[in-house]
Amino acid sequence: MARMPVQFRLNGSDRAVFAEPTETLLVTIRRGLGDFAPKFGCGQGTCGVCTVLVDGEPRLGCLTLSVTCEGRSIETASGLADGPTLHPLQAAFMEHFAAQCGFCTPGMLMAAKALLDRNPNPTRVEVVEAIAGNICRCTGYEPIIIAILAAAQQRGARRA
Amino acid sequence: MPVNVRIVQGLQEAAEILASDRGAQLLGGGTLLVRAINEGFMTEGTLLRTLDPVLLAMNTGGARVELGAGVTMAMVLANRDLSYLHAPARGIGGPAVRTTATIGGNLFAATPYGDFTTALLALDAVVTLHAGFGGARVMPLEEMLANRARGGVGLVASVGFNRPAGADTFRFLKVARVRPKGVSVLSIAAHLPQNGGRISGARIAYGAMGPAPLRAKAVERVLEGRSLDAATIAAAKTAALEGTQPATDAIASEWYRREVLPVHLGRLLAGETS
Ligand SMILES: Cc1cc2nc3c(=O)[nH]c(=O)nc-3n(C[C@H](O)[C@H](O)[C@H](O)COP(=O)(O)OP(=O)(O)OC[C@H]3O[C@@H](n4cnc5c(N)ncnc54)[C@H](O)[C@@H]3O)c2cc1C
Ligand code: FES
Ligand code: FES
Repeated sequence: MARMPVQFRLNGSDRAVFAEPTETLLVTIRRGLGDFAPKFGCGQGTCGVCTVLVDGEPRLGCLTLSVTCEGRSIETASGLADGPTLHPLQAAFMEHFAAQCGFCTPGMLMAAKALLDRNPNPTRVEVVEAIAGNICRCTGYEPIIIAILAAAQQRGARRA
Repeated sequence: MPVNVRIVQGLQEAAEILASDRGAQLLGGGTLLVRAINEGFMTEGTLLRTLDPVLLAMNTGGARVELGAGVTMAMVLANRDLSYLHAPARGIGGPAVRTTATIGGNLFAATPYGDFTTALLALDAVVTLHAGFGGARVMPLEEMLANRARGGVGLVASVGFNRPAGADTFRFLKVARVRPKGVSVLSIAAHLPQNGGRISGARIAYGAMGPAPLRAKAVERVLEGRSLDAATIAAAKTAALEGTQPATDAIASEWYRREVLPVHLGRLLAGETS
């Protein structure tokens, strides 16, 4: 099958690729564009390690066809830090030991970013709900929840 | 021949391709179709992607509600007019599934999926179908679900239903072992309009209790014309299993589904669910 041209923004940069018709966004981002932050876990939508933002909404890279992303703006964990300055979520994950092996971390960060961008002051229940599609086999989730709440607080303090 | 993706503009064109090519399927959000490709279950055929804005239309403010089949669970959750549908929409996967999963795809999702469809069935929804070359026609959702197993249903453009009268008139319960995003052991939707303290025109629907979401007509008959008291609820529980045909799968056994259904139905009718 002929490859199809697709153009989108990836972490603020315009990118143009040729993708197989059923190529997933995850494969295009990793293999085609060399951004290895989103991971491949299950390929079934159940683990969340492939979570990226498409026009600000959390989406599973493994279940999204690249050809459906024409003209969209894609964000991955690679675009979070501003040069050497970590994003508040990344800093909070480090501070609160929210990453152990780190495999779930890029997906968790993007799920959390989608939440905080929409709801800067979430409750604990809202944080749990926001990461409900992301599996972590290491931390037991508690440090991740604490880190996301801390990042929200810190962002709030910065705004005040 | 690997799976092909074809982009078409209008619904009618898509419907005509669906009618003439048995290997073609409409691509909704793709949470089931792309998974099937990833897992190697779908190795050939055509995915049709249509950009027709009708699929994303939402008419939610009035007494008659119309939702395009391409509306996602996240769009339902973002719409305050649709608060009675928030519980079934929230029950579908995590946030990154809900931004992608469409109403149209849910209508075709194999059991135990189909939680949103279960809610629509209790709302007596109709679907606007484009099947083949004949233009659009409206069909009760119940009839569409009965035809679903045979295939060739066509393309669903939208679903329509009357908005439930009061906040407590429509109830939904999803029973899952993993919270907050487990797959359903079963789901129950109840539309319980009342007239002078008595139920009039009750609709009860089950998910994961048969090959497709189904109406619990025996329960509806029990409820009709009665007040929702302990005796009515007990009678409804006795009739709960009539017409059900649950399956055994990785989530629950057929036996377990039968055991727990009357208990959960009783709780839903008594307003004891959170
Ligand atoms: C992790 C995970 C958890 C899930 N949890 C749940 C759950 O709890 N409850 C639940 O009900 N589902 C669940 N699902 C299944 C699925 O996400 C939903 O059922 C969803 O609504 C399917 O919609 P879709 O747009 O992604 O379907 P697609 O994958 O795009 O399509 C599914 C089928 O529907 C057909 N189709 C789609 N739209 C139309 C249309 N307009 N007209 C005709 N045919 C159409 C397609 O051709 C295909 O055959 C889950 C999925 C995942 C990955
Ligand atoms: S790899 Fe996408 S959800 Fe697991
Ligand atoms: S840190 Fe290892 S899976 Fe989450």
